[in-house]
Amino acid sequence: MLAGGLIAGFAAGLLGALLHFAFVQELILLGEEYETGALVHFAGVGEGTAEAGHDHAEGEGAQDHTDEGGDGSALMRNGLTVLFTGLIYAGYGLILVAGFALAEHFGRQIRAQDGILWGIGAFVAFQLAPAMGLAPELPGTIAADLGARQVWWWGTVLATGTGLALLAYGRNLLVWVVAGALLAAPHVIGAPELGEFFGSAPPEVAAAFSARVLGVGLAVWAVMGWLAGRIWARDTA
Amino acid sequence: MREGNANAVGCDGKERKMNALNQTAAKTSTGLMSILFVALIGATVMFVAGHAQSATLHDAAHDMRHATGFPCH
Repeated sequence: MLAGGLIAGFAAGLLGALLHFAFVQELILLGEEYETGALVHFAGVGEGTAEAGHDHAEGEGAQDHTDEGGDGSALMRNGLTVLFTGLIYAGYGLILVAGFALAEHFGRQIRAQDGILWGIGAFVAFQLAPAMGLAPELPGTIAADLGARQVWWWGTVLATGTGLALLAYGRNLLVWVVAGALLAAPHVIGAPELGEFFGSAPPEVAAAFSARVLGVGLAVWAVMGWLAGRIWARDTA
Repeated sequence: MREGNANAVGCDGKERKMNALNQTAAKTSTGLMSILFVALIGATVMFVAGHAQSATLHDAAHDMRHATGFPCH
């Protein structure tokens, strides 16, 4: 179980890194140029918002990005991104196969095609549903208190994952009702918000960033689910 | 006579079925504790790579955190 999850996770992580550099990294760098003020969008308004971004002493979003590879250490920065993308998907992979094992514990068989569905479902739980409340943030985005957002994030992942599993494997109306309630709850409660907008980058860049992050996530999760499902089916055959 | 032979241990193929059943049981029903353990390792990796706020970790994982939609900072 452990090995299958790790192999599928790392392989998916490498694909994730590849797609990251093909689609996402350029927007992160662009966002940072607006964040630092190297680029200013919409001169009149931009000045005010850029300053709001950098004055804000409380901390959320005012991180200093100078040591993240601006000065010639792009290789280091990108290497770390590959490493951590591999790592995070290895973690996802372990959780995915733990889910497979749980399903089999209750007598459900997992094949490669089930793996794809599990991967897509897990993408919804880990990325899409949290993104409904907390859209993927371009660097420079200023958002509500980090701790509160992380709590909402974990709660949403847990509720959505459980809700989808109950929806898929439940056998009676009561279970499906509970599933629906779990899926809806995080969004009824609502993600922590600031109520004001401080974005320094153009909305087009932020929108493209969010869409690409979700697209890449879906692709990588689907592949990971398929791969993990194949390995799982082979090992338990 | 045939009946007697069939009931003798190892002569009717039943023992093979039993072995197969036992093996299947051992393979498929992973214990709940080990499932929980693997899920916990995964969640710990996610927490360290995605959510822990030490400055070094944050900077190293920065681009991945943004690109996976984690609340980053």
